[in-house]
Amino acid sequence: MTTMTWWQRLWHRGQMEEQLDKELQFHLEQHVSELMARGVEPAKARRQARLAIGGPEQVKEQCRDERGTRWLEDLVVDVRYALRMLRKNPGFTVVALLTLALGIGATTVMFTVINGVLLKPVPFPEPDKLVAVHGHSETWNTAIFGEQNVAYPDFLDCQRESRSIDMAAALFNGGTLSEPGEPEYVDLREISYDLFSVLHVNLAQGRAFRREEDIAGGAPAMILGYSFWQRHFAGKPDVIGTSVVLDQKRYTVVGIAPENFQLYEQEADVYTPLGQDTAGYLRNRGAHPVHVLARLRPGATLAQAQTEVGLIGHHLAEQYADTNGGRTLMVQPLRPDVGNARSTLWLLLGAVSLVLLIACVNVASLLLARAVSRGRELAMRAALGASRGRLARQCLTESAVLGLSGGVLGVLLANIGIGPFVAFWPGMLPRADQVHLDWRVLAFALGVSLLSGVLFGLAPALRAPSRGLDRALRSGGRGMTGNSRRLHSSFVISEIALAVVLLVAAGMLGRTLLRLSSLDPGLNVHNVLVTRMALSPGVLADPGRILPAWQDVLERARHVPGVESVATVDTVPMREGNNQIGYWATPDVPPKNRQPMALSTSVTPDYFKVMGIGLRSGRFFTDEDRLGTSAVVVIDDVLAQSAFGGQDAVGKRLWIPDMPCTQVGPGPNGGTVEKSVDCTEPYTVVGVVGHVRHWGLASDDQAEVRAQFYYPLAQVPGPFLRRWSELSSIVVRTTVPPLSELESLRRELKGASSDQVLYEVHTMEQLASASLEQQRFLFLLFGIFSGLALLLACIGIYGVLAYLTSQRVPEIGVRMALGATARDVMAMILRQSLGMILAGVGVGTLAAFAAGRALVHLVDGMRAPEASTFALMISVLVVAALLASFVPARRASRVDPVRALRQE
Amino acid sequence: MTAKSDLPQGTLDFLILKVVGLGPIHGYAIAQRLQQVSRDVVQVPQGSLYPALHRLENRGFLAADWNETETGREAKFYKLTPKGRKQLETEAAGWQRLTEAVGLILGMAEGSSQ
Repeated sequence: MTTMTWWQRLWHRGQMEEQLDKELQFHLEQHVSELMARGVEPAKARRQARLAIGGPEQVKEQCRDERGTRWLEDLVVDVRYALRMLRKNPGFTVVALLTLALGIGATTVMFTVINGVLLKPVPFPEPDKLVAVHGHSETWNTAIFGEQNVAYPDFLDCQRESRSIDMAAALFNGGTLSEPGEPEYVDLREISYDLFSVLHVNLAQGRAFRREEDIAGGAPAMILGYSFWQRHFAGKPDVIGTSVVLDQKRYTVVGIAPENFQLYEQEADVYTPLGQDTAGYLRNRGAHPVHVLARLRPGATLAQAQTEVGLIGHHLAEQYADTNGGRTLMVQPLRPDVGNARSTLWLLLGAVSLVLLIACVNVASLLLARAVSRGRELAMRAALGASRGRLARQCLTESAVLGLSGGVLGVLLANIGIGPFVAFWPGMLPRADQVHLDWRVLAFALGVSLLSGVLFGLAPALRAPSRGLDRALRSGGRGMTGNSRRLHSSFVISEIALAVVLLVAAGMLGRTLLRLSSLDPGLNVHNVLVTRMALSPGVLADPGRILPAWQDVLERARHVPGVESVATVDTVPMREGNNQIGYWATPDVPPKNRQPMALSTSVTPDYFKVMGIGLRSGRFFTDEDRLGTSAVVVIDDVLAQSAFGGQDAVGKRLWIPDMPCTQVGPGPNGGTVEKSVDCTEPYTVVGVVGHVRHWGLASDDQAEVRAQFYYPLAQVPGPFLRRWSELSSIVVRTTVPPLSELESLRRELKGASSDQVLYEVHTMEQLASASLEQQRFLFLLFGIFSGLALLLACIGIYGVLAYLTSQRVPEIGVRMALGATARDVMAMILRQSLGMILAGVGVGTLAAFAAGRALVHLVDGMRAPEASTFALMISVLVVAALLASFVPARRASRVDPVRALRQE
Repeated sequence: MTAKSDLPQGTLDFLILKVVGLGPIHGYAIAQRLQQVSRDVVQVPQGSLYPALHRLENRGFLAADWNETETGREAKFYKLTPKGRKQLETEAAGWQRLTEAVGLILGMAEGSSQ
């Protein structure tokens, strides 16, 4: 046998023991026989040899230590021991495991969601090589508008010139798909031919677009989204090569996108080549509609791409000073867009961690109670030579075993809980398809389990006896030092404090929800149907027919029985979407970045009537407000206040440069053409109306832009009408439940060619209620968490008190023998409990103030916690905790003094 | 009369390597040899000998075989591995340097006091 590896030493430890024995035996015998050869008597020789080598067991121990496998062997022994202890105390084990499983399970659910939604990179191969290209200019407010997109001509130039990245573009659009099947409004992405190849994504069927299809006049080709193919074509396999009519243009289907293919966290219905779109705004360097993403070429770094693309942007700014002046392009790593889910998720993880912490404290106090009653066993082992470190290690192993078992149960619970959690998320959880258990989640759960194990095992482990062994042995483990009583109280105090934090948070959310739901939204949300509407593609193609078509729609809708009034609007309150533009109250309009902003909404005259928006002064629009008559606006009282102070705003004027205005100029071939220009003529305010909570009940107060103004759709110049109409919705006030009118409206509004469709149908009540979804969801979860916390804290206080009282039985016996009544004893125990509860409430109140501040910061519509919230939540807690202490107190009061004294 | 002294920390390992370097040898003989060669100055506590041997074996400096002794008993014989030989050389060189340096310092002290 030659040298052995660590593994071999571990594996052959039986054989090694045998050899160690033999080796020492040989040594002893050699020594003895040598001594005997020198004439020493056999018995004496044996004794001398023994003394020379020292205690054989001790030598063996030292040799074993040198093997380097010792810790593992100890671990195996400790784990076995721990499992045996857990099996021997089923009551303790079940309570501890359930507590831990709940805590770890809830934490794991939250982390699984955070992992999927926030931590995972974009779901494409080599995601670290993907970047986003944004426009950048000094006057752009990223905080309000998000990242700026790119002009299509700028994209084409940059794509051609860049050596460091391969670029692709996508444009969000929509259209009416009229053939085959029922006409349907579809979610359209116009994409550059190389989008799929830049993302390294293969199509499910067929092929991607070709370069020669991505130009004006290219052969019309279409790629279907996987879900749309399943839904509209029932997943028919032979759909490639068939033709589809979208907005009156016939396309050939060339491919089907892969399942779950999401661009910017959304799955589109159909894709068409961006280069074929001849819309004016795609030829204009002043308009920035295109999303651009790119992949770093092999060897190129992010910094190189940033420098190069920035330089290209500067060149474009020099070359096209009138549209690109002060603008450049910038490159950033491509990150998933998850909206406000981020703060909600971290908030919930924080709350769940508090629950887990309470669970840990609970188990710690259970373990400590057991450690105290096991004091005698531990003292015995210490007396037999176990070092303090060795005993602490054994205690920690026990709690780690407990933590890991709880963790396994927790992961099983989490696996069940993730589905319902994602389903209950208000609206759509972004990237929900990415949310599932994976190695990262398992690593997290493992970490959390071990950490909790150490956390709740530390106190008992540090208690491992070292001093006063004789006392511990003699007392039989019943006596208890003030030290551990203090430790027990500190457990109860921290549990109560953590529960206070969660209860106060839940109380704050509840009050906020109550307050927000009672707010006046500024309009009458009852009996209003809101739906987007796509006019017939044939009508949209001809600006002259658009306004009459809307007139026709409104006229027909008005005659549907049950309809009271109807209007069109582009941005509906409390629904996604808004249009913010700058305004000024005098002719000396400052540069765009210094103009105050307002929400602009184009409407038809009956809009205010349909929505029940109150008129403060002046008038609403009439049919007389058309192109050609003076340009008018109706403003809300927020805008009236900020633009004109306290004065009556009616008759005043506003300069709004970014409104849709045109100028007739010389066109190609000697003709004339209407060009889009800044509006220089002022708008006359004809009416002031009440403020509408556009951003929703919860968020409107904190919104950056709250001022609102309305303008008549009939005053939008021809070249803009198509775009405006594509964004328009109709709002309908009904005398019957609004959704019951939907089918009649659909039928009536189909249009002459049966290709006008209603989509994204809501009622105003639904929208108003949805605007509180986040608050409601958080309230629900915090309610659950704080209930859990309350329950755990009560179990904790019950357990600790029951234990403390059982330790005091002899003392109580003495007290009763000396004349204390059952009442006195009960009062004494309850006083002790109340002391711990109040200390916990004190600490918890301070922590709750801090947590409340964070909550106000993270959740729209929250206000700083009121004293009454604290008072209510704390009294709930104190009452529950006192009830939990009642049982042990009662038991203590029934102690039989004679038996108690004998027990000592 | 020379006083017996305890071994400085780490020296035992070095001495064991040196003794084993002379040829395969069992534990008892190592203890004997150390005692004889050092003329009883080095008193190896037999209790630390075996942990040291096992330590050196686990670190790969020594290899062990079970062989018969001249008296026909089976014993565990240790020998140096190539790694152990290298370690021995390094440590021997270190000792050489150290004793020379100590000698120089002692010589200097005598010179200055005269």
